[in-house]
Amino acid sequence: MSEYIIKNGHVFDPLQGIKGDKKDISIKDGKIVDKVSSSAKVIDAKDKTVMAGAVEIHAHIAGPKVNLGRIYRPEDKLFSCTPTHGMERMGGGASIPTTFKTGYEYAKMGYTTAMEAAMPPLFSRHVHEEIRDTPIIDEGAFPVFGNNWFVMEYLKNHEIENTAAYCAWLLRATKGYAIKIVNPGGTEAWGWGLNCLSIHDPVPYFDITPAEIIKGLIEANEYLGLPHSMHIHPNNLGNPGCYETTLDTLKLAEGFKAKNKFGREQVMHLTHTQFHSYKGTNWGDFESGAKEVTDYLNKNKNITIDTGNVTLDETTTMTADGPFEHHLCGLNHLKWANVDVELETAAGVVPYIYSPNISVCAIQWAIGLEIPLMMKDPMRCYITTDHPNAGPFTRYPRVIKWLMSTKARETQINAFKHKDKVLSQTSIGSLDREISLYELAQMTRAGPAKSLGLSAMCGGLKPGMDADVAVYNFNPDKPVANPDDIETAFSRCAAVFKSGVLVVQNGEIISTGNKRTLWVNAKVNDNPQVMRDISEKFVKFYSMTQNNYEALGHTFVPNPYAVEVDATHA
Amino acid sequence: MTKTITDVVCPFCGTLCDDIEVIVSDDGKKLIEVDNACVIGTEKFLHSQSSDRITRPRMHQDDGSWKEISYDEAVEYTAQMLAKAKKPLMFGWSSTNCEAQSVGNEIAEMSRACCDNTAATCHGTSLIAIQDVGLPSCTLGEIKNRADRIIFWGCNPAHAHPRHMSRYSIFPRGFFTGKGQMSRKLIVVDPRVTDTAKMADIHLQVEQGQDYELLDALRVAFKGEWLPDVVAGIPSEKIREAADVLKSGRFGIIFFGMGVTQSLGKNHNIDEAIAVTKDLNEYTKFSIMPMRGHYNVTGSGEVFAWQFGFPYAVDLTRGFARYNPGDTSTIDLLTRGEIDAMLTIGSDPGAHFPISAVKPIANMPSVCIDPHLTPTSGVSKLHVPVAFNGVETGGNCYRMDNVPIDCRKVVEPPEGMLTDEEFLIKVRDRLKQLKGAA
Amino acid sequence: METVTITMKNAPALYLEADNVSPDAFAGKTAAQIAELSVHEGNTTSTLGKYFEVIGNAGATAADTKIVVKGDVKKVKYLGFKMTAGELVIEGNTDLYVGAWMTGGKILAKGNIEAFAATAMKGGELIVEGNAGNYLGAAYRGDWRGMSGGKILVKGNAGSDIGMYMTGGEIVVNGNIDVHALTHAEGGKLVVKGNAKSKVGGQMVDGNIFILGTIDLMMPGFKYVDTVEQEVAGVKAKFAHFIGDMGERHKKKKGQVIYGNLYTRV
Repeated sequence: MSEYIIKNGHVFDPLQGIKGDKKDISIKDGKIVDKVSSSAKVIDAKDKTVMAGAVEIHAHIAGPKVNLGRIYRPEDKLFSCTPTHGMERMGGGASIPTTFKTGYEYAKMGYTTAMEAAMPPLFSRHVHEEIRDTPIIDEGAFPVFGNNWFVMEYLKNHEIENTAAYCAWLLRATKGYAIKIVNPGGTEAWGWGLNCLSIHDPVPYFDITPAEIIKGLIEANEYLGLPHSMHIHPNNLGNPGCYETTLDTLKLAEGFKAKNKFGREQVMHLTHTQFHSYKGTNWGDFESGAKEVTDYLNKNKNITIDTGNVTLDETTTMTADGPFEHHLCGLNHLKWANVDVELETAAGVVPYIYSPNISVCAIQWAIGLEIPLMMKDPMRCYITTDHPNAGPFTRYPRVIKWLMSTKARETQINAFKHKDKVLSQTSIGSLDREISLYELAQMTRAGPAKSLGLSAMCGGLKPGMDADVAVYNFNPDKPVANPDDIETAFSRCAAVFKSGVLVVQNGEIISTGNKRTLWVNAKVNDNPQVMRDISEKFVKFYSMTQNNYEALGHTFVPNPYAVEVDATHA
Repeated sequence: MTKTITDVVCPFCGTLCDDIEVIVSDDGKKLIEVDNACVIGTEKFLHSQSSDRITRPRMHQDDGSWKEISYDEAVEYTAQMLAKAKKPLMFGWSSTNCEAQSVGNEIAEMSRACCDNTAATCHGTSLIAIQDVGLPSCTLGEIKNRADRIIFWGCNPAHAHPRHMSRYSIFPRGFFTGKGQMSRKLIVVDPRVTDTAKMADIHLQVEQGQDYELLDALRVAFKGEWLPDVVAGIPSEKIREAADVLKSGRFGIIFFGMGVTQSLGKNHNIDEAIAVTKDLNEYTKFSIMPMRGHYNVTGSGEVFAWQFGFPYAVDLTRGFARYNPGDTSTIDLLTRGEIDAMLTIGSDPGAHFPISAVKPIANMPSVCIDPHLTPTSGVSKLHVPVAFNGVETGGNCYRMDNVPIDCRKVVEPPEGMLTDEEFLIKVRDRLKQLKGAA
Repeated sequence: METVTITMKNAPALYLEADNVSPDAFAGKTAAQIAELSVHEGNTTSTLGKYFEVIGNAGATAADTKIVVKGDVKKVKYLGFKMTAGELVIEGNTDLYVGAWMTGGKILAKGNIEAFAATAMKGGELIVEGNAGNYLGAAYRGDWRGMSGGKILVKGNAGSDIGMYMTGGEIVVNGNIDVHALTHAEGGKLVVKGNAKSKVGGQMVDGNIFILGTIDLMMPGFKYVDTVEQEVAGVKAKFAHFIGDMGERHKKKKGQVIYGNLYTRV
């Protein structure tokens, strides 16, 4: 099959400790290999940066709430659509791209794997249809568990084995990848218009607290030994003072150790940390809680995080934190969409404009950058925008620019209408750290791959791994004349390989490859009680039959990649 | 001998019941009996067995007669028509599966066509309203398990969605609604005394064309402000009474249909109904849901949206997607003489459109893909019968609450018949050749 | 001011999308270059010169350019699209999107125009001597930011959905209007010298509507406050003053709750 050799590039691979050495990368039959024959096609990477394909650990790119966002925002596509050209189908959507555009834009930036952050299990067929229609990149999806009736009933009695059996069943039925928790308990309370703002607020009727749900799911996750840890969007997102709820949530991970065969070391992944690091009591005295949160994270190494950077754009917020979205609509009076999902979860969508002229938005921007600049271990801190919540993923090159250049940060700070407030309410002005390319590789490749339990497969350039490689027009030996050059370089790759197929050349899509859907197949001991509970709830409470819920035929997942987990216990 | 197939999904209306049982002959070629479906659904399955089915494409001749042709010839006519047209329209999509819709999108993109679905004459106005003010909604199981206040506004589920009330909205005993019908209060808003209205605890016989005013009055009543004595034919005391009933519930839902989507006000009616729902969320928990008609019009909207960005009335003529009902929507395109070729699939515009929109179809190259003989097939140049989706072929569909359910194949189609998807794949491949050669 | 006259000589079989007929697109070009500008008929792209006779060179800038459109342009859309300055005169009846997304300059339509004229207008002036269609000065689908500036005058009648989501600017209609006026408005001013039908000011948060003729049916959300004397569009009269929409949310300015205002002549 196809042989390639990427010659003379500056390689950054944290998996092998390569920090910019000039090295050739050889590709054969879809894998990285030690060497190739002389007939290998040559990709000239002289004066360029070479990394493994990037791994997106959390974005909302496929599924019912994403599409609801598309349907209800025609103005998101006004005058900004791209026509059919070359290998590309037409695309559109500034904050919520269509599925084809999503695949192309990720690939052009060197991303080769992406995780859909929240899949409502009842809608898994929809999520997989969109994943199937997103070209090039491998994808997985995280079903949500934190407001699930089965989970709450089992965990009220601390039945870990039953919880684990149910989780394994649901991952298989929905072809899901990991245990995701969004606003635990609060989104079930939202079924009655209520919420849980602290980890000790009991869920109406189910009489269990978010703390119990969170701890129980950590235990279930480790009981199963899944490749990823539980992945959590804590209670009280986005409210001034919420950093305390965040610390309460993080503390629940104390004492737990990761149990798995995938190299994963964390038991909790905290997502879009920026939204959970607010101090103050109201929007007037709003300030950054990044220091408190990162101090804790620096000391407690069994947790990984992603940032959730604000990009200062008009965007669309969408999350399974239904009550939060209703609250946001009360603040900005923009159109609010909501879907409560029987027995499982909810979702909300509201447009939002992060204006540089509004001090709150500017402070949010600063917090998003403080976090990665104050996190000591780049292998535990990953770059995201919680797309599209804090900004579109197409802004990653801009976030990278801000992280790699204090000058770029200063330019932005000086452009804020309320610069003084940004400097007084956050410590962004005093942070002069500039992320290196090696650290960038840790934060966008090696780190997320390890957290997801995929480090044998992607996120690195070790022979035997999938040949997912990105070549950037960025010369590490040349000092950066203009920080905007960083953004340009990381926006369009010189070349991108996905599973050994050259998909991007000179910033253009030249092949759409053969993307895979990653999912986790955890085998557990037979559990007749859980199976009976499942069939009973389908008969009595679901609006669909169990056989139809489990129907996920070939058309939905045409190219599956199952990560097998033996979770049977003696 | 026979076999019973369970968990069958009924491919007729947006209720998308998935508990149907179908009994077929052992060889899978004859459909014998249908259980659990309503009268309409039962007929949908059984009528596929008619002995007078058209099983091959037919071309309209100049003298008005029809000549049978092969599927390959039909593919050629369709591909040539789309390749040559300056502004073709591909309409319908609501009674076929998402897999076929997706192939249709490839064809539309290649031929730079306009594409639209039956929302154009149905819940398109709801989509416009949702685009303006959002949509607080839920899945049908939430109604079953939680709802104690049900409103049917401008719809008559007793006739149009017969099992809706028994499966989801009025009768079921759900997790928090153990008393079933007794735990719910029903308000019906309809100028007519329909069979649904006869079941209501409160029937507001709204003056025709004044739903927008009545909805505004409800919002005013929530705030306790002044109201005129009568609004939309309803005394203000009754409006305040209804407002209190709604506020006093713990989980409410407004279901609505053509009575408000296609009467005076259109999208504004829905806009205001969504505003009522939003307002009620200040006092209790409320949702709103459109009663989608065709069983997969929702799916067509979803597939258009994730592939092109808009749920209906999509114009691809410039090589990228544009949207503006009134300009890019089907009735306007037809009545204004904007298009020069028409492909209809999975719908019957000939039966539902104003005659001024149907006449142009007869005067241009046109294809109708439909198992039935319909007014649309009657005015089209080419009629391509296909297998019944959801009966003779499976495929994914989306329910009125956007929940995806994969339909099942229960019986074989007549010998040699293609499915929508198979026919469209052939058209796509032929069109690719024609465009490549150009 | 330089004048370019384009005259329809080759009518399209379908409809023409003439987004390039604006002072901005013409500026700095000769007649020959203007004739080369692209124009679309369905999915085919052609040049302006294939359909129109083009006489005269444009000015150096949009502000220095005047365009006169002659002949049958009933099937031509987007005349004056996104213009920022200069002048456009349309002699006959024309189709959709006249002056859509314009931010400046002057358009004079001597005949009738169809729907979606002056979509999301930000500035400039549109005068229609005949009738206007639906959605005059309205927002694009889904956008809560509608017409925010500029002036529209329709000497004939206008259609439905006038000024939807308006936030600023002024619309005057000498004739009658159809249903739904200034729905969802958060500013702006509408004067109708003729009659309105119903659903006037629905869901309005702010803004001013003056109806000098009759309204068939008032929205229940409008509450009578007082009777005032006002002069609008050259007419001095007594008006019954209503505030509303009382069913909608209300904004506060300097601690005071503000409402939309609807004035009907007594």
